[in-house]
Amino acid sequence: MSTAVENIPSQFEVLDTALESQMTLSMGPQHPSTHGVLRLDLRLDGELIIKAIPDIGYLHTGMEKLFEYKKYQQGIVITDRMDYLNPLGNNLAYVMAAEKLLQIEIPERAQTIRVLFCELQRIASHLVWLGTHALDIGAMSVFFYCFRHREKILNLIEAASGGRMTPSYFRIGGLMMDLPAGFDRRCKQFLDDFPEGLSTFDTLVTGNTLWQSRTRGIGVISAEDAIDWGLTGPCLRGSGVNLDVRRANPYTGYEAYDFEVPVEKDGDVWSRFKVRMREMAESHKICRQALERLKPGPIKADAPKVVLPDRDDMRKHMDSLIHHFLIVAEGFNVPPGEVYMPIEASKGELGVYMRSNGGPKPDRVHFRGPSFVNLQALPVMSEGEMVADVVAIIGSLDIVLGEIDR
Amino acid sequence: MADTAAVHQFVDKLKASNPAWVDEVIDSLGEVSIVVSRESIVDVCRTLKEDHNFDLLADLCGADRGPEEDPRFVVNYHLFSTKHFNRLRVKVRVSEDDAKIHTVSHIWRTADWHERETYDLFGVVFENHPDLRRILLPSDFDGHALRKDYPLRGYEPYSMN
Amino acid sequence: MGLENKLVESLPEVLTVKLDAVVNWARKSSLWPATFGLACCAIEMMNTVSSRNDLSRFGAETFRASPRQADVMIVSGRVSRKMAPVLRRIYDQMPEPKWVISMGACATSGGVFDNYAIVQGVDKVVPVDVYVPGCPPRPEMLVHAITMLQDKIMKESMRDRQDTYEAESRVSVVPGTLPVTEGTALERETEIEVAQKQVPRPYTVPSRHERRRSS
Repeated sequence: MSTAVENIPSQFEVLDTALESQMTLSMGPQHPSTHGVLRLDLRLDGELIIKAIPDIGYLHTGMEKLFEYKKYQQGIVITDRMDYLNPLGNNLAYVMAAEKLLQIEIPERAQTIRVLFCELQRIASHLVWLGTHALDIGAMSVFFYCFRHREKILNLIEAASGGRMTPSYFRIGGLMMDLPAGFDRRCKQFLDDFPEGLSTFDTLVTGNTLWQSRTRGIGVISAEDAIDWGLTGPCLRGSGVNLDVRRANPYTGYEAYDFEVPVEKDGDVWSRFKVRMREMAESHKICRQALERLKPGPIKADAPKVVLPDRDDMRKHMDSLIHHFLIVAEGFNVPPGEVYMPIEASKGELGVYMRSNGGPKPDRVHFRGPSFVNLQALPVMSEGEMVADVVAIIGSLDIVLGEIDR
Repeated sequence: MADTAAVHQFVDKLKASNPAWVDEVIDSLGEVSIVVSRESIVDVCRTLKEDHNFDLLADLCGADRGPEEDPRFVVNYHLFSTKHFNRLRVKVRVSEDDAKIHTVSHIWRTADWHERETYDLFGVVFENHPDLRRILLPSDFDGHALRKDYPLRGYEPYSMN
Repeated sequence: MGLENKLVESLPEVLTVKLDAVVNWARKSSLWPATFGLACCAIEMMNTVSSRNDLSRFGAETFRASPRQADVMIVSGRVSRKMAPVLRRIYDQMPEPKWVISMGACATSGGVFDNYAIVQGVDKVVPVDVYVPGCPPRPEMLVHAITMLQDKIMKESMRDRQDTYEAESRVSVVPGTLPVTEGTALERETEIEVAQKQVPRPYTVPSRHERRRSS
């Protein structure tokens, strides 16, 4: 840190002693590198961090309270805005928790499309992670490459659901509507073009010595510490623990897909980076398999009291019309019970705890946001690092404040 | 759906260690929950973590059963094991006038922020917590927002004056 | 900033029309936004900046992290009660001329979230020039908002945008704006003075935009 300098003219005094007091730096809620409105209270000794205390709540939206006042299907819209880089993942967790309470079986085509979109969303989320992480560390042009690929994914999601970032595509009992004509062709085209993007990132970032020296050995957390702090997802897999909810507690037919779970053992920023890059390749594989498995079939479950009927069915048959009216106007009653539904979102284990007391509105909905838990480990990871490394560590944790603050 | 027989084995072993710990066992929708009294929560959690490998505390959340119910608040601990991939829910019920539970943040360090959030939104106090203060709501906020008797829109609209 | 205002005050209006046109053209063509991305709309703002919908074609070349170097603040996302004083503080730190674009339904009016936690519209905190609806608005809508703001800037006059004197803006506080002044003696004294002696609250800029500030 400090180097002995010779031959300094006598009129300059060299201070080479440690500071007597700590400096508190508020890396405030408005900051380009905190990935949202996060405030970090840094206690510094020069450039060395003694303690980094996160202060959250600047985006608290009261979503959990809002769920209790909205019917189950109205709540899907709110879940989009939670982890806004992975809205389909949030939708899936909420919808699957409700389906577990209602004990509905989802048809196979709907499950395949759910897997396809979840993995596309995972790729999109990791692209934003890579772009912003690289931007913070200083590699600006990667941002533009990532967002170029992400635009294609957003176009695909928009084609299916109408919304780029807030699709609300999954519904309780299946999907909102079927895929449009020509979707397979467009998706296949994206999947064919994507490996070239991945190799571009490898050239620009992974092989870059500057990147490696800024990320190797920074922000280390051991496997036992990681489990103790509740880390999940790529943060945990970067420390050597082979845990993926898609393998541990499979859902939506993930048992049938052939993919690897990338694990790296060093526990530093570089390992987490490698895990996420490999995850993008694995998601690409799963998307291809899902596209091949796609067979014609129903996309909504056979539960007329819960799932909206088709439009022409509604126009022709009286009972469908009545069901449609009741579902939209009053909502459906969900039998009392409580469930905890975990899924593997792009950031880690996203769990929904849903409790129902028999009415059309949930009694309590709690989202266990993976970024909330991952951010808790930031003080542990950044003790003893320099201020500039905090930026790299926050980027490697991949936090989204909408999920932390809810 | 899920295989609950494996989890029931752990619950039986827990009951064998001390039958007074487990008040009730609920098995529905493929999930197993045990209701534990407030005094024994720390022992139960320590036994489950050390002897039965439930090493990941996935979630700790509170719920409000309504102002007329007694006990009013329920705190749920969602446990997960990275060794045998089983999940278990531990519930503790506390009443409103004595809403205190001992912290488990010395057993799983991740419980720290979860307990702060439960305190912030419900008002359940966790004894011996290293740093119990509000985390999501502003520090000068009056009341606990997720209680059923707190109105959705709050008490006054925001104004700068 | 300072020089042209002094010039404008002293010259008759017929001479400043041409000067206005040039200055406004310069201002609108290089609107540098301050990064104030809060939530989902921030990601759409990032999409607007990226190569498909390129915002720097319209002059918004760099997004400055420091508000002291920025012209326009694009409030993108929901503003919670904890964040509102911070928002006001960042707005106060921007030097004149400054504009605010309220992007998205949450910034405009509270959006989907009509509850205890979200400020129902960012115009309760800062004066807004352009509102953009949408949840989130498409990148093309944000580009349209920037062009609308550019048209608005062309119609302004330099007489209206006086920079506050630095001493005044350092000392003056709007009671309730900065968390540190709430409940202090300074706030009580200011309120008493305003109520009894009918003096205006400090930090009022004599500008026609003053009328836009609600509450």
